[in-house]
Amino acid sequence: MLTRRIIPCLDVTGGRVVKGTQFLDLRDAGDPVELAAYYDAEGADELTFYDITASSDDRAIMIETVRRVAKQVFIPLTVGGGVRKVDDIYGLLRAGADKVSVNTAAIANPALITEGATRFGSQCIVLSIDAAATPGGGWEVRTHGGRRGTGIDAVEWARRGVALGAGEIVLNSIDADGTREGYELGLTAAVSRVVRVPVVASGGAGSLAHLGDALEAGAHAVLAASIFHFRQHTVREAKGFLAARGFPMRAVAPVASLDAAATEVARVGD
Amino acid sequence: MIAVVDYGAGNLGSVVNALEHLGVPHVVTDDPATILGAAGVIFPGVGATADSMRNLRERGLVGVLRAVAEGGRPLFGVCVGQQVLFDTSYEGDPHPCLGILGGEVRRFPDTDDLIVPHMGWNGVTLRRPHPLFAGIPDGTEFYFVHSYYCAPDDEAIVLGETDYGAPFAAAIARGNVMATQFHPEKSGRWGLQLYRNFAHLVADRLTLPEAAVATGRSA
Repeated sequence: MLTRRIIPCLDVTGGRVVKGTQFLDLRDAGDPVELAAYYDAEGADELTFYDITASSDDRAIMIETVRRVAKQVFIPLTVGGGVRKVDDIYGLLRAGADKVSVNTAAIANPALITEGATRFGSQCIVLSIDAAATPGGGWEVRTHGGRRGTGIDAVEWARRGVALGAGEIVLNSIDADGTREGYELGLTAAVSRVVRVPVVASGGAGSLAHLGDALEAGAHAVLAASIFHFRQHTVREAKGFLAARGFPMRAVAPVASLDAAATEVARVGD
Repeated sequence: MIAVVDYGAGNLGSVVNALEHLGVPHVVTDDPATILGAAGVIFPGVGATADSMRNLRERGLVGVLRAVAEGGRPLFGVCVGQQVLFDTSYEGDPHPCLGILGGEVRRFPDTDDLIVPHMGWNGVTLRRPHPLFAGIPDGTEFYFVHSYYCAPDDEAIVLGETDYGAPFAAAIARGNVMATQFHPEKSGRWGLQLYRNFAHLVADRLTLPEAAVATGRSA
């Protein structure tokens, strides 16, 4: 059975993971490769790297970061942040990203989704949507970290994005983000009902129960940052919890066998 | 030396990263002589079967891959690299593929409860033991991204199956010809183990008498 996915999200600037990660047993908690390897060993199903500066200088550094991670970590990698042109998508895929997420640029230029999907396949084009609840009910697409409204209905934008070629939708709730009070379940459910591609819930996870709530609402995957970065819970615990709640989850190898495998792989590499 | 066939497949870089990480000696090439002379061949693939066949034809590799399959050297196809081994693909207009294995490549049915593409981690149930899966627990999840699946004429070549709406061939093996629909290079430690097993299989074969291997359809 196809399993549900847990996706830790790492914010990157200047080739370093930022915004507070608490990994006391890592040599360098800001090193993307080391963090990616850690989450891989913990059983993360996928990793998202988000370029939070996305200046043109940073673009080259981000590509180099993706290349370094892809050489060491063998699970799917999604990269987003500041993707404006098809060439940006190409550069990241070539560096080793499996999927690239587009957000603001796709609002101004929806053809970006279609061009990316036509050239590289829908499976590698993710439409990331920042949305906030509106007083009249429903959700509006927002940009610039939620500060700027667009007047576009988020559910309709998701539907249209898929029609344009997006192979996955990531829903970031501006209202829930950072609250740790749970994902915006109404939005997750509303979008899951109208699109036939995987929906990833993002923003608001504060407990393991929240992850389960989002999956119950229809999400195929949950994206989370702080509950994992600050060691409130490990990915391993999250998987055990969600499996007990009845969701199909990918088995995580026990720690001892991971150590044995690492030794064995190292020996092959000699 | 293992030859990794370079014909424009999108996952070539990931496959090479995995082999480098494991320290498996390999060469990335589209040179027929190099491929024919290699101890084993990895045939990656991402994209559409029609594009893949066109790229293979343009590089003069169609006959080369058939010769590898017939010659008895271990051949390992990945994702579209599995699909292209079969007779016919129904992706777009029906078209012939390499015809190394009998069978068809069909699209998953569009039903309300089945999302196509099949994307994510799904379990692979082995039908029989095989050196390609040595040390890998039965039922292990691997990473899939595909909208089409292989339907072999001969069910006996199915090595492992995965359930998505219905069971399909996630891994196949017929003698020296092996392939997976999933991406071992994106499937974490067990995926790496699978490449490692293939490398061992290639190395072990080198120590066997040629005649024993050429007839070894039960491998």
